[in-house]
Amino acid sequence: MIAIFKREFKSYFTSMTGYLFMAFILFFEGLYFVAYNVTQGYPHFAYTLYSLNFVYMIAVPILTMRVFADERRQKTDQLLLTAPVTVMQIVMGKYLAMVAVYGIVCAISALGPAVLTLFGTVYLAGDYGMLLAFFLAGSAFLAIGMYISASTESPVLACVGTFGVLLILYLISSIASMIPIDAIANVLTEFSFSDRLYNFTQNLIDVPSYVFFASVAGFFVFLTVQSVQKRRWN
Amino acid sequence: MIEVKNLTKKYGEHLAVDNLSFTVKDGQIYGFLGPNGAGKSTTMNIMTGYLGLTDGQVLINGHDILEEPEEARSCIGYLPEQPPLYMDMTVIGYLKFCAELKKIPKAERAQAVEEAMVKTGIEGVKDRIIRNLSKGYRQRVGLAQAILGMPPIIILDEPTVGLDPKQIIEIRELIRKLAKDHTVILSSHIMQEISAVCNYIMIISNGRLVASDTPENLMKQQQTASSLELEVRGNRAEVEVLLREIPGVQSVEMQKSREKDAVKAIITEEAGADVREEVFYTLAREHHPLLKMNQERVSLEELFLELTDETESAGAESQPESTGEEVAE
Repeated sequence: MIAIFKREFKSYFTSMTGYLFMAFILFFEGLYFVAYNVTQGYPHFAYTLYSLNFVYMIAVPILTMRVFADERRQKTDQLLLTAPVTVMQIVMGKYLAMVAVYGIVCAISALGPAVLTLFGTVYLAGDYGMLLAFFLAGSAFLAIGMYISASTESPVLACVGTFGVLLILYLISSIASMIPIDAIANVLTEFSFSDRLYNFTQNLIDVPSYVFFASVAGFFVFLTVQSVQKRRWN
Repeated sequence: MIEVKNLTKKYGEHLAVDNLSFTVKDGQIYGFLGPNGAGKSTTMNIMTGYLGLTDGQVLINGHDILEEPEEARSCIGYLPEQPPLYMDMTVIGYLKFCAELKKIPKAERAQAVEEAMVKTGIEGVKDRIIRNLSKGYRQRVGLAQAILGMPPIIILDEPTVGLDPKQIIEIRELIRKLAKDHTVILSSHIMQEISAVCNYIMIISNGRLVASDTPENLMKQQQTASSLELEVRGNRAEVEVLLREIPGVQSVEMQKSREKDAVKAIITEEAGADVREEVFYTLAREHHPLLKMNQERVSLEELFLELTDETESAGAESQPESTGEEVAE
């Protein structure tokens, strides 16, 4: 697993992908940071992170689209699947490499509230609580993207598919509001990542949301393992 | 030692491998021969655990490939039809990754990588990006990956495809060297390749094993009568009469020769008979100099064509080859 993790992590930085992913998120983060926190003097870094909600839709596929689809296309999956490692180890190695690249983004973001403390009172607990939610939500999106990549042989399809799914998740509370049956609408709203992230901007440490994000990540990692396993049986 | 028992693989309705059973003993080179689409690659993919099987069992050194996949796979080095290379890595980076993936202990890794590169002759390109290598070198990097850590069983799927003749000879030489302390299984649809390196041949067609034996035994099994082709100086009618009288000759067919004052004769021998010496002495006695004698034996090529479906594309490339002795005066 460590071998796969190291290779994947390195390959994100020998190709442009890793840099592109990081640059994309950090560019928008910087933009909102300047707009909200610097220009308007708003002390809440959590708002900056919350505004980055839409960035996932484009950033996540950059990282995930090739992760399994390309292996399959280049037939390098034959190397991995005939090596003495389990499918779980392969999937975890790849997933953790993506999470690590995303982790760098979050680590850089962690500087934001720290910088703001130089200029006044900052709600550090709320900001870092939001940052953890931001990290977990992103990790859940990466798992979704990975699963979609594992179900196809074409990175382009994986990219478009992931974008589509994340778009629906982004819009889910507005979709829910159009559904007249309350029961369904309420269930759908539960799946809204942006609603959950919004709670954190209210200085609220919403533990169930942490659990929700982590569960989504775990569920899609599990599905990815199943998808890779299944492929050898048909 | 590999034991394959009643292996069956279906792709939907299509039966790719049909109840295949065989045993591979240690220290030999096994050749998997069959036309395109016969099920060679599928069988190899199942043996290495890449594909699942519909029915049957595969045991690698006693480990079931499905129940103890890690133990079984660690005995195998596999070069698939298309070498599984990461194009954006350097040769050495790639091999180091493979060494780690194959769980070669850290202390031995550098040496194992070095050894594999020396054996496949790729030290000169070790710092180059795989994307920029030629097909032949990519194939060798794939091969280096397969022999990395010297696994007891090495499975090579069409290892010489896309190589130039010189590289083919080098790879064959390498395979022979490897067989000294490994079991090697290789597949091909080219007869010469298999007969050049393997000491055991398994011919499969449409997913079934149609023949499996040493090349010599396979030839012996063929009962077809052999024929002699002669060129003799002299009169056509006289020669024909002389030849017909030789015991063991079944029939004689006379043809024109390109040479002046000579005739060409094609003799079919009775099964099991060898009339070469008698032909020589008879013609010598009657002062008809023998200019050429060529014995046509059933070659492995023909055997292969006979055993597999003749309409399959692979057989079409190969020309019947004659092995024979020539006598000239």
